[in-house]
Amino acid sequence: MDAHNEHAHEGVNYDGIVGPAVALGFAVFIFAISFGVLCVNAGGSVPKAMAMSLLVFTGASQFSAVSVIAAGGTAASAVVGALLLGSRNAIYGVAVAPWLPGSVKYRVAAAQFTIDETTGMTLVQNSPERKRRAFWVTAASIYGFWNVGTLIGALVGNSFDTQKYGLDVAFPAAFVAMVAPLLSTRKAQLAGIGGAVVCLATTPFLPIGAPIVISAVVALIALVPAQRKSRHS
Amino acid sequence: MSWTVVLVLAFGAFALKVFGFVIIGDRKFPPQVEAVIALIPAALLCALIMKDTFTAGHDLQIDARAVGLVVAVFGVWRKVPIWLVIVLACVATGITRAIS
Repeated sequence: MDAHNEHAHEGVNYDGIVGPAVALGFAVFIFAISFGVLCVNAGGSVPKAMAMSLLVFTGASQFSAVSVIAAGGTAASAVVGALLLGSRNAIYGVAVAPWLPGSVKYRVAAAQFTIDETTGMTLVQNSPERKRRAFWVTAASIYGFWNVGTLIGALVGNSFDTQKYGLDVAFPAAFVAMVAPLLSTRKAQLAGIGGAVVCLATTPFLPIGAPIVISAVVALIALVPAQRKSRHS
Repeated sequence: MSWTVVLVLAFGAFALKVFGFVIIGDRKFPPQVEAVIALIPAALLCALIMKDTFTAGHDLQIDARAVGLVVAVFGVWRKVPIWLVIVLACVATGITRAIS
């Protein structure tokens, strides 16, 4: 990936961008259908599910909010938990901003699409032009698949007996798929275990939803000094 | 799920994105802040997995959902496609409920 491409063409080179972007889009599509189903079953509606996917547009946060509401949690804990989960998008914004220069309007628009997939696809490209292109191609793919999937899920969602078909387990199953790639470092594993323990330990006596918010404090273990070691893989 | 929740979430999520991308921009977050924020998803997602599998209201319980979780973890570990992981986990829980 690091090798310089021969500057053969001045023209558009989408090699290695469109394929992965569509593959990511398809994976997201499945999450989106699940999200639509779960959202309407948690007291949402088709317009609310669509507003979430069109406007919030950050999958883990959307799932988290719906999961907390579905369990009977307060609106406040649903929102705070979801926004804590969305705070990583601020970091992603800092990471991709240098590759997406432009007017304030352009950058504000690009910010809406700055999520896991677009950031990942942008950062692995080897030239500024490919980075910019990968960002927008991935953004288009994910935004399209995410919203069409949400619509399909929301439209069919009410016809499912979620308990009967075990659809409530789509929540934890989706979270397992989302968290797995994150657990590559020792600290991330500790944060995961810590978050799980804090959640279970506080569930009996905190308001529903609050344990999710509280579990975020485990991330402070990042401040514990570790032996200096390159994090780059 | 009220419209208030949807709109506050939409505004908050967008504000976070704009904050990083446009406001911070060329500057940097302090490395400690960045390191803490980077660990939040692992902690929160694992907490959500526990809540959605082993709790009902304020009670801790093990039921048919645990079967679905085991299937999901196994599927992700074996690199089964995501759509199939979700379907298999739901089916496993559904079947467990039906026979118990």
